[in-house]
Amino acid sequence: MSTTYYTEDHEWITVNGNVATIGITNHAQEQLGDLVFVELPDVGKAVSKGDDVVVVESVKAASDVYAPVSGTVSEVNQAVADEPGLVNSGAEGDGWLIRIELSDTGELGGLLDKAAYDAVTG
Amino acid sequence: MNRTPLYELHERADAKFGAFAGYDMPLFYPAGIIAEHNHTRTQAGLFDICHMMHVEIAGADAAALVERLCPTNAGNQQIGSAQYTFFLNEAAGIIDDLIVTRLDDRRYLIVCNAGCADKDRVHIEKAAADFDATPSIIERGFVALQGPMAQAVLEAQGLAVADLAFKQAIEPRAGMFVSRTGYTGEDGFEIALPEDEIVGFVEGLLTDERVMLIGLGARDSLRLEAGLSLYGQDLDEDISPMEAGLTWAIPQPLREGGPYIGADALAQKRAAGRRRKRVGLKPEGRAPVRAGAALVDGSGRAVGRVTSGGFGPTVGHPVALGLIDVDADAGTLAAEVRGKQLPLEVAALPFTAHNYKR
Repeated sequence: MSTTYYTEDHEWITVNGNVATIGITNHAQEQLGDLVFVELPDVGKAVSKGDDVVVVESVKAASDVYAPVSGTVSEVNQAVADEPGLVNSGAEGDGWLIRIELSDTGELGGLLDKAAYDAVTG
Repeated sequence: MNRTPLYELHERADAKFGAFAGYDMPLFYPAGIIAEHNHTRTQAGLFDICHMMHVEIAGADAAALVERLCPTNAGNQQIGSAQYTFFLNEAAGIIDDLIVTRLDDRRYLIVCNAGCADKDRVHIEKAAADFDATPSIIERGFVALQGPMAQAVLEAQGLAVADLAFKQAIEPRAGMFVSRTGYTGEDGFEIALPEDEIVGFVEGLLTDERVMLIGLGARDSLRLEAGLSLYGQDLDEDISPMEAGLTWAIPQPLREGGPYIGADALAQKRAAGRRRKRVGLKPEGRAPVRAGAALVDGSGRAVGRVTSGGFGPTVGHPVALGLIDVDADAGTLAAEVRGKQLPLEVAALPFTAHNYKR
């Protein structure tokens, strides 16, 4: 049983047990355009909510992705580093970026649900 | 924010917009920058460049005024020919880069950058006061059709352009201007029409399946691969033509002096030798290196900066232009990006061969 949350910074977070899978939303990839480079953190890195944890670069600009939750990076999606276009074709699926082992599940309460996020992107 | 006459057409094409030089311009369309870039290199890309400023210089002294404004032999310029040149300040820094076309004996067209329009207008009017020649700004529509199929597309629309060579221009009728020029490195044309005709003209072009609308994102990646400078990034008032790698655009005798503004400073700077130079840069990894990144050499010394950078879809790797000290150790350059030093090598320009119709 998993639950998906969103942030106003256009990230999605799917939580399964104690692990959060994180990516950028389809709306975000549409705004960025074709991605050409993704910089992922090292597995084992400790992150605090709000840290810049991933860099995604489109043809025209670089953008930071902020950690929506605190914890330890437990896995990164090497496939998007090898083929950044995966984020465009499957932002909320195969184009996931990192997994974080949560240090404080209480932070999830501050995230948006789908309806609240859809209201943000209106 | 200004809008071009094609704004609603871009909206209907579902463009993503962004601010550029005071205009709300299309950055890319649903196809995306890479598809738009590749389409321009292989077929025909259509660009809205209505934001660029057209100034016609007319009068008995028109040639003399152009020769005062630009380091060029306007008086000897063939009628119907276009050339790349610039306005210089008194210190030989570049006020703007531009194309000047001789329309007839006493009439020239200057096409300059939208971002420089206000200061260009002041610069031109100030210089014009000493001459029997009148500059007038022409408000009209302007588009570029670029790529190997551009000629065939225009011919199919009934425009006879096959006989034009690169940097030649015609006025098929009053208010209309067509030149075989552009800023993508590809063969192509720039077409000006009265404002009330430009939408219909563009809609006609778009009925041809070889034509795709192209936004500013791909315009930037195309010109960057072609090694062409962008004013405000690669060129500014503190950069001389020699430093910018644009000495080729100044006829030989005018490099030693001439009637143009900035001539004395330019000759002095040439004699003193340039301190900095334009280089093409190829980052070794896959991370793009963007404008503004500091450049260091192997000794850790700051030796310059990246002036333009991004990803080159045709070459398939990041590309950049930089301005570096002439005594930098060019074999050991690195760019500072997010606290890391990314190594890059000096690369020959252009990154992609020019395909102009000579």
